[in-house]
Amino acid sequence: MNAPHPRPLSPHLQVYRLPLTAVLSITHRITGVLLSAGLLSVVCLLSALAAGPEAYASAQAIAGSGGMRFLSWAFIYALFFHLCHGIRHLIWDAGQGFEAGTLNRYAWIELTASVLLTLAVFVLSSRDSL
Amino acid sequence: MKYRTPLAKARGLGAARSGTTRWWMERVTAAALIPLSYWLVKLVDLSATTPYAETRDWLAAPVNTVGVIAFVAAAFYHAALGLRVVIEDYVDREGSKIVLIWLVNLGAALLSLIALLAVFRTLQTG
Ligand code: HEM
Ligand code: HEM
Repeated sequence: MNAPHPRPLSPHLQVYRLPLTAVLSITHRITGVLLSAGLLSVVCLLSALAAGPEAYASAQAIAGSGGMRFLSWAFIYALFFHLCHGIRHLIWDAGQGFEAGTLNRYAWIELTASVLLTLAVFVLSSRDSL
Repeated sequence: MKYRTPLAKARGLGAARSGTTRWWMERVTAAALIPLSYWLVKLVDLSATTPYAETRDWLAAPVNTVGVIAFVAAAFYHAALGLRVVIEDYVDREGSKIVLIWLVNLGAALLSLIALLAVFRTLQTG
């Protein structure tokens, strides 16, 4: 709907230094959109697998290139960030965890957890035990 | 003189009717995706480390077939619902909004079908 009159504009996002919680919130949205785009590559991988050994090998050659390896790790980190913040959304939706002190503490827990989970995948994968 | 009561005007317009289903399904799929994300991470890992035959055998194990299929279904459903919210927030024109949401829904439906078919086709080559 187009507003018939100019509406009051608030909050003025440009003049605030965003608190950590706000940064995490917008990052959750951005990672959600990026993960959705990443699902395209999952479809491609599965399709190449279905197409047979040669097709899968050529898809793997691309997936294994430096740039794509980097993107894959970025994708996995984005997943864990989105997952950790998503869990917090679920806690919020259950009506818990709104106290100011908790908000900041959870923000740090969330960031640490998403880094640790990514590292765990890295270690497990390099030991062939994922 | 207006004869319609405020209730009559509001009927059928409220987000509270169908909107809550979407909101709720977004949470349900989110909760499902917490364990199902394992199969996403594993697929990405396999694509970098493991050759065709082993990957196919991995996918053919029932727990992984079900895991991958459930991930694909939940992820595309969750993504379509999530992208819809993002579109509703940022796209102002009603027409573009509806077209975009339809594209997202159709795309998600088609892509998940392609992925599911790919899983079944892979199993048939075993
Ligand atoms: C980052 C972009 C992409 C790259 C680099 C890529 C690369 C590849 C490669 C190398 C193959 C194997 C082809 C062969 O030797 O037969 C393949 C297969 C395939 N890809 Fe992609 N792809 C990408 C994106 C996509 C997307 C977005 C889709 C659709 C959602 C897709 C669908 C397919 C399908 C259906 C096959 C199987 C083709 C066949 O039956 O032989 N790809 N891709
Ligand atoms: C590949 C997997 C995933 C994709 C593609 C995806 C995509 C998205 C998208 C596009 C949104 C909308 C963002 C927004 O409205 O700000 C969203 C929201 C959400 N996601 Fe995910 N997501 C995935 C996995 C997960 C997982 C594992 C969780 C675990 C809890 C999760 C929890 C949530 C929640 C709770 C929301 C709603 C946030 C809100 O109300 O603002 N997602 N997701």
